[in-house]
Amino acid sequence: MKQSITLERVGKFMGLGFLTTLKDLFTGNLEREDFISFLRKVIVPLASILLFIGLWHLGAKALFQREANFKIEKALTDQGQAAADDMKACIASGDVSCQPNTLPAPSQVWDSYKSLLKDHRAISDDKEAFIQKTATINAKREANGQEHITYTGRPSFIDQIIMSLKTVFAGFLLALIIAVPLGVLIGLSPTLRSAFNWFIQIFKPVSPVVWYLLVFMIVKTLLIYSNDDSSFIISFISVGLCSMWATLVNTAMGVSSVDKDYINVAKVLKLGPIQKVFKVILPSSLPLIFTGLKITLSVAWMVLIAIELLAQSPGLGSFVWEEFQNGANDSNSKIIVAMFVIGIIGFLLDRIMLTIQNAVSFNKNEGI
Amino acid sequence: MNTKLTTIKSPVLEGENGIIYPSANVMLDLNQLKKVYPTPKGDYVVLEDLNLKIMKEEFVTIIGHSGCGKTTMLSMIAGLNEITGGSISVLGNRIKGPGPDRGVIFQSPSLMPWMTALQNVLLGVNQVFPDATKAQRNDIAKYYLQKVGLEDAFHKKAADLSQGMQQRVGIARAFAIKPKVLLLDEPFGMLDSLTRGELQDILIEIWNKEKITAVMITHDVDEAIFLADRVVMMTSGPKAKIGDVLDIEFERPRTRKSVLEHKDYYTYRKHLIDFLEH
Repeated sequence: MKQSITLERVGKFMGLGFLTTLKDLFTGNLEREDFISFLRKVIVPLASILLFIGLWHLGAKALFQREANFKIEKALTDQGQAAADDMKACIASGDVSCQPNTLPAPSQVWDSYKSLLKDHRAISDDKEAFIQKTATINAKREANGQEHITYTGRPSFIDQIIMSLKTVFAGFLLALIIAVPLGVLIGLSPTLRSAFNWFIQIFKPVSPVVWYLLVFMIVKTLLIYSNDDSSFIISFISVGLCSMWATLVNTAMGVSSVDKDYINVAKVLKLGPIQKVFKVILPSSLPLIFTGLKITLSVAWMVLIAIELLAQSPGLGSFVWEEFQNGANDSNSKIIVAMFVIGIIGFLLDRIMLTIQNAVSFNKNEGI
Repeated sequence: MNTKLTTIKSPVLEGENGIIYPSANVMLDLNQLKKVYPTPKGDYVVLEDLNLKIMKEEFVTIIGHSGCGKTTMLSMIAGLNEITGGSISVLGNRIKGPGPDRGVIFQSPSLMPWMTALQNVLLGVNQVFPDATKAQRNDIAKYYLQKVGLEDAFHKKAADLSQGMQQRVGIARAFAIKPKVLLLDEPFGMLDSLTRGELQDILIEIWNKEKITAVMITHDVDEAIFLADRVVMMTSGPKAKIGDVLDIEFERPRTRKSVLEHKDYYTYRKHLIDFLEH
């Protein structure tokens, strides 16, 4: 009983209420009247996923056929019947050299996913072997005060996901460090608010690409004497600057719209300015601040891909771009794998933020 | 007029309308108080020439029609609303803004919902008794929470308490800072009548012990009579002022039963209702 309560709570908290229903199904707790809600919560999403995959499969097949037909017709007009027959046979045989390069089917994407995992295992084995091999040399180099020999091989797909997560968290932290204190100040002071308002209104809609270029100009000059790769720094700062606006605006709004009753209580009790901010204003605007942070994190994750792509900083963005440039037979399906990974991670990040937001919100009904 | 203060023997001073007030016993003095709100159509005068003296250890209730400026007057006394003209003094000192010498119980409980009942009371106690030890401050807060019957709810979040319980915390918070004047702005207006009765009893019980000068706004004629030494009736706005004052000469401590059965009760009640209906 206790366990079911916890599961239900956690599930509700995370917005994954169907887990409870699923558990009830297996433990036989399901009442008849729950059956309809079970249908709605479990069967309908599953059916819609299957339908989506089915449509995707048909669509991919149609696109494949269209491009194959075009290739065969082209061979026929350019080189004659024999070439067209060759092309037809080649496509039918599944030979890599002549396959139409179009939207991959779900099965191809699944294969690519497995091959990416396999690739990751191969690379991490390789890396481990390298580390073992260089352990003694590195110990010696350390004793001599020299730098370590590090693994410089190609990063695997998983490494790139981790890199992307690092970049997004660094950017998110930067946004938090800048936007929350600034938002509090702007919210507290109408003078600062009018001073910053034009600044916020103008810079908020600026595209991530332009932010990246701006950050690039500045950081490049600042790090002009450094030999280290600055792409990570540039990309996380750009991500932070792009995404901080939601937090800034929400924090300022939360702080400036604290319930007048609370302010009156603070006035009657003659709380000092610091106590007023930390005991009254910040706690009461926390729900709005977290709404802002949630938006910031999802925006950060969204712009990250574009910025990594530009900055050539290792991560999912550059993975997608490299695969696109690469043009290998399975490149398209790898891009789709990356798309799903990006989507799922974005969803999870959003859920995590929602959970934190619900935990800090004093009024449980206010959570979205 | 029905105002006479015969029991107090001390230096006296001539007040408005020839009423005699002992000066040393005046806790709160509103003198020629005026409040004007500027509107696009010109100034709107809410209060004008409002004079009221409230004695130490006196419980005054204020009744009047909605929108007559009662709350404006109370929040001016609290220092939350600016004074346009005239003055407000506490023990002879003109007030400048809000301060813990005037505790307020608001219409809505106005607790910080993210804090526990105890933390809410401590918020004020910590401010007023900065030199006390942590244990002493805790004791003060707990004492008043016990007084309002919340000994089991010290550590409950304010957001999880019922409206009535929240207002109890509000009462404890106001008394715990030991103000000179307690200002109550329809504190029970949002409660159902049963809870309201309970809270009136709690309020008057603590008040009997602490004898803090109290000014309370109410819409409820019975509440006004039950709690007060004097009921102040305000005329309808604009330019509201004191219309009439009624002394309630029931002995304290009072019980609801003794008050309802008192021979003068209906005379008082009729007086108030007559005023409100004209």
